[in-house]
Amino acid sequence: MDLLTFARGPALQFALVVFTIGVAWRIAGIALLRSGKLLSEPRAPLVKALLAGLATTGSRSWPHPEFIGRTGAGEAIGYSYHIGLFIVVLAFAPHIQTWAGFLGFDWPALPSGVITIISVITFALLLAVLFRRLTHRVLRLLSNFDDYFSWFITTLVIVTGLMATAHFGGRYETLLGLHVLSFDVLLLWFPLGKLMHAFYIFPSRAINGYLLARKGAPS
Amino acid sequence: MTHSTIGDLLLQNGVSRRAFLKYCTAMASLMALPPSMGRALAETLRAARRPSVIYLSFQECTGCAESLTRAFSPSVESLLFNVISLDYQDTLMAAAGHRAEEARAQAMKDNDGEYLVIVDGAIPTADGGVYGMAAGRTYLDVMQEVGKGAAAIICLGTCSSFGGIPMAKPNPTGARPVSEIISGKPIVNISGCPPVPEVITGTLFQYVSMGKLPELDELGRPKVFFGNSIHDRCYRRPFYDEGKFAKTFDDEGARNGWCLYELGCKGPTTYNACATVKWNGGTSFPIESGHGCIGCSEPEFWDKGSFYAPLSSAAFGKAGNVSPREAAKLVGAAAVVGGAIGLGAAAVSRQRQQKLAGAAPDKKEG
Repeated sequence: MDLLTFARGPALQFALVVFTIGVAWRIAGIALLRSGKLLSEPRAPLVKALLAGLATTGSRSWPHPEFIGRTGAGEAIGYSYHIGLFIVVLAFAPHIQTWAGFLGFDWPALPSGVITIISVITFALLLAVLFRRLTHRVLRLLSNFDDYFSWFITTLVIVTGLMATAHFGGRYETLLGLHVLSFDVLLLWFPLGKLMHAFYIFPSRAINGYLLARKGAPS
Repeated sequence: MTHSTIGDLLLQNGVSRRAFLKYCTAMASLMALPPSMGRALAETLRAARRPSVIYLSFQECTGCAESLTRAFSPSVESLLFNVISLDYQDTLMAAAGHRAEEARAQAMKDNDGEYLVIVDGAIPTADGGVYGMAAGRTYLDVMQEVGKGAAAIICLGTCSSFGGIPMAKPNPTGARPVSEIISGKPIVNISGCPPVPEVITGTLFQYVSMGKLPELDELGRPKVFFGNSIHDRCYRRPFYDEGKFAKTFDDEGARNGWCLYELGCKGPTTYNACATVKWNGGTSFPIESGHGCIGCSEPEFWDKGSFYAPLSSAAFGKAGNVSPREAAKLVGAAAVVGGAIGLGAAAVSRQRQQKLAGAAPDKKEG
């Protein structure tokens, strides 16, 4: 069995199982925890508070005007590379075919050249966020292995994908095998580290917004 | 017959100098050499002795020999067959039975250490090699005997190069490629199922005209023919780059000649000269005929999943590539397992929360 067949065969299968078990475990483990009882009189009706919770997912997605000067650039870069990742994952023809194998349907792809440009920009932005993390004193003190490994594995997938496209550093099938294998590692790491924010970020913002609205402090 | 020079033989056969030069220039071009090399090749070839060639057929379908003999006539390929001495080929030779075997033995004796061996087919090794025999001897035995005195071995086709279909799972005969049987001899793999005729003749031509084997890639294939992937040299490549794909073999995309990636084309991971040299005298190649490449010149091509599943699809599941139903079952089962573990983890946490709440009675929890 060659590297590519291994990476997109048994390795991907194993990684997918671990990913699903891990994600379900963590989500169920948190969702089923006891929630703190609201002791004060509700300041907003339930429906209004729920709507406020939904609104918070948007309002908390951009810094408060008071902080925009300090954090705006960092957030803009963060959003940009996330958008880049989404485009590459969802609009590149071979990736769409991977999805189609699981879902049973596909959708139109963007031209390969456009995907390559977006990938290069995304890679540059990932380098920028690493630079910021390493040079920003507070961020550096807050960072641990989880932050760096999550960055590393995400970037590795992008870099191996670009190398495979450019046939740079080896034969295409070897580079493609490494690309898929790095994605397998990302799937394995996903439920163990901060990449889980993909599942937590919006529900946690919504719950915070709901709780604050019920307490009379819609955000 | 091997003692006369190629020049003598060409004169005897009435081949003109012009025709011979034209042929040599074409072969130089095929080998990616400058046209000026054609004259030098012609001079070398004219003075060269015809090498003795022993062609062994093992676990194979004769497709490789068919490919070789499908060279257009009169063609440059057939001319090349006037410049080697094919002393043994059990399909093409007139002799049969013990006379054929004697011809092989004589050729080996007369040209010990100098003859070329062409091997077509894999070699069964299970149970002492009894699954493949000719003239009362196992293929394994014949290969080992003939291989000893060879100057070089040329493996024709994917079966002799990498095991091919005989070595595909479950491989009941223990089929193996030549490279796993013979060591210490130069081995050239001309893979393909079958190989492109011009790749076969081009490699032989280079050996005869230059007296050395061509530069090989890491799989032992001549770089000049196997240096690029089908995908990189495919005339449909621009459609891949534009994101235009045929979805079925008869839709508008297929009629417009769009890329066949989504229909399972293995061109991106397959190295061969199909897209450049083409088949049937340069007429076309499989992708040009509307079918994706099946990757037949690569090792284990038969066991790499469906020919019709895209290269980027997940390669697990009953059919070799996962179906949505299989994926749903797998993910669903894993989610149930994960959810159950999460439920257990939450139950433990809730007990702990309850204990903490009990320790702090003024902080009731719901």
